[in-house]
Amino acid sequence: MSVPILNYLVLSAVLFSIGALGVLIRRNALILFMSIELMLNAVNLAFIAFARQWGDVAGQVIVFFVLVVAAAEVVVGLAIIVNIFRTKETVDIDEIDLLRG
Amino acid sequence: MELVWVVLILPLLGALINGLLGRRLPKRAVSGVACGSVGVAFLFAVNALLDLLRLPEHERVFTQTLFDWIVSDGLAAKFSLLLDPLSAVMLLVVTGVGFLIHVYSVGYMGEDRDYSRYFSWLNLFTFSMLLLVLADNFLLLFVGWELVGLCSYLLIGFWFTKPSAASAAKKAFVVTRVGDFGFMIGLFLLFATFGTFDYLNIFEEAPQVLAYGGALATAITLLLFAGAVGKSAQIPLYVWLPDAMEGPTPVSALIHAATMVTAGVYMIARTHVLYELAPLSMAVVAAIGVATAFFAATMALVNNDIKRVLAYSTISQLGYMFLATGVGAYAAGMFHLVSHAFMKALLFLSAGSVMHALGGEETDMRRMGGLRAKLPYTSTVFLLGSLGLSGIPPLVGFFSKDLILEETFLSGNTTLWLVGLAAAVLTAFYMLRSHFLTFYGKPRYDEAKVHPHESPPVMLWPLFALAALTVFGGVLWISFLNFAPFEEFLKPVFEGGLLAEEEAHPAAALSTGTLLLLSVLAAGLGIFVAWLVYIRGITVSEGLRRAFRPLYTLLYNKYYVDELYTALFVVPGRKLAEFLAGAFDQGLLNGIVNGIGRIIDALGGALSRVESGYIRAYAAWMLAGALIILIYLYLR
Repeated sequence: MSVPILNYLVLSAVLFSIGALGVLIRRNALILFMSIELMLNAVNLAFIAFARQWGDVAGQVIVFFVLVVAAAEVVVGLAIIVNIFRTKETVDIDEIDLLRG
Repeated sequence: MELVWVVLILPLLGALINGLLGRRLPKRAVSGVACGSVGVAFLFAVNALLDLLRLPEHERVFTQTLFDWIVSDGLAAKFSLLLDPLSAVMLLVVTGVGFLIHVYSVGYMGEDRDYSRYFSWLNLFTFSMLLLVLADNFLLLFVGWELVGLCSYLLIGFWFTKPSAASAAKKAFVVTRVGDFGFMIGLFLLFATFGTFDYLNIFEEAPQVLAYGGALATAITLLLFAGAVGKSAQIPLYVWLPDAMEGPTPVSALIHAATMVTAGVYMIARTHVLYELAPLSMAVVAAIGVATAFFAATMALVNNDIKRVLAYSTISQLGYMFLATGVGAYAAGMFHLVSHAFMKALLFLSAGSVMHALGGEETDMRRMGGLRAKLPYTSTVFLLGSLGLSGIPPLVGFFSKDLILEETFLSGNTTLWLVGLAAAVLTAFYMLRSHFLTFYGKPRYDEAKVHPHESPPVMLWPLFALAALTVFGGVLWISFLNFAPFEEFLKPVFEGGLLAEEEAHPAAALSTGTLLLLSVLAAGLGIFVAWLVYIRGITVSEGLRRAFRPLYTLLYNKYYVDELYTALFVVPGRKLAEFLAGAFDQGLLNGIVNGIGRIIDALGGALSRVESGYIRAYAAWMLAGALIILIYLYLR
């Protein structure tokens, strides 16, 4: 018995929304990162679901790309956060407002 | 003849060497390069002349294309040189007299700190003048025309730390520019009419294209004449030349007497084909020429500055040349150009020798006097120059001036002739006046401090050479003996001109001999009066003196022309500039620019609120954007 695609998509949408909400309301940079990961994985889920639905491996290939890019992004992002923490002694993103006009 | 380009290139090389390396070279090398380049150029010019003479009379036109200069659709200008009798004459004057003045400068400028700069510019001037003379099209002529103006500016302002010299240089540049404006429009008109700048093409087509006496021909020639008026210091643009005397004296001799200022005369002689199609322009040229000849001579009567007297005299003599070209006697005009170059270079250089003797830049004749014993050579050559310019036979000035007056009379313009004759009287008077004031009477300089001494040989020899030319130059054209190699030489250039054969005026009221006698008498009268006043020292009755006082004041103040121009042009110009710089630029333009800046600034300030610096705000914006796009896609 196969689960209908709608279920995957709803789950994906819910996960994405939780991630987006997390990005919007949390102040800890680490949590922010986790939320971003959640959003990426929500999208991955949608890709996989579509790949199965249409029998097209392109969706799965893209997921691999996303995973690789996300890993790289996390490396860079965490490095930045560590550096910021060293100078500002905080990871509260509201304290980090160097770009304010 | 193929080597004519060498004449042109040598002074340019000299200018480059002295200009780039001169400061590091010893003075001896600088003078060697400067005088050598012009001297060798003179030899090449002589060679070109001899080549030209070997050709049959009517084949004496040689063009040499050095390279294509401007190649474009509809306009093709070549950098090419034209050697014909007319340019050969100018070539010899420029390099010959120029060489003598270069040599003289070695002595005169010997003590100057900027020795190499001086010679570099002097050489550059020689190159520019040669370019002007050798050009075979109007565009190249114009390049030379502007380059000599530039060199004139640079050399008038040679001692640029002196405010009077700097402002004189500026004045010369700006005033000639007024004429050049007309000249340029004339060139545009020429190009619009003929589609080319080539002399030979234009002169060939002119009689077919331009109607005789038509508006177009008149306009072109008058506009070209405007350029000549500026460059050759004629009424109403003569005011720069007296001030140009702020430059070193050899510069006055070379640029402001012998060569550059005669460029206008040369230009008209060169384009005589066009002028002959515009009788009105010819009349204007003659009228302005004779008016300037008289007017400038009156101002020379009372001036006390030896160089300025010579400057006014130059203006006056240039007037004679224009008179000659205006009545169609081009050869006579060119002959006066040559003879004036000899005499006026001689006079200026002798004046420089006097200034040198008095230890610097003393030009006021009221502080000279009695120098004859101290400066025997200078005094003699100055006298020769003065007598020559006055028109005393057998000096060269007698032949050329008499020729112009004679041709004027024969052309039927008795009024012009009378004014010219009157100017000749004045010429003789002011020349001898300056001679007597400088060399005769009691010394008026400070004898305790100043010890006049004759100039060194390097300055005297050029004077002797010019004096010899002044004495023997008349051989070129002894009019009453019908011996005129000069005229014969130039004949192919001016053939078909208005200068009709003498037979065309059988009904002349006075014979050539009478005219000759009259012009000598005129010169004699002027000299006699000068002698009466300055040597005999006749006392004038008080009444007469008072009667002439207003006239004297008027002349002494140069007819207040400078003041008039200041009031008419300089002051309004300054006001306009102040308005443009103040109300217009600072107020309006700056206001607009600043206003735009302020608006952008305010906009940026408002927009910068969006940039809160909170990452979450940016994320929210992105999300909102993504949502809006989604909604749009969904609703579509």
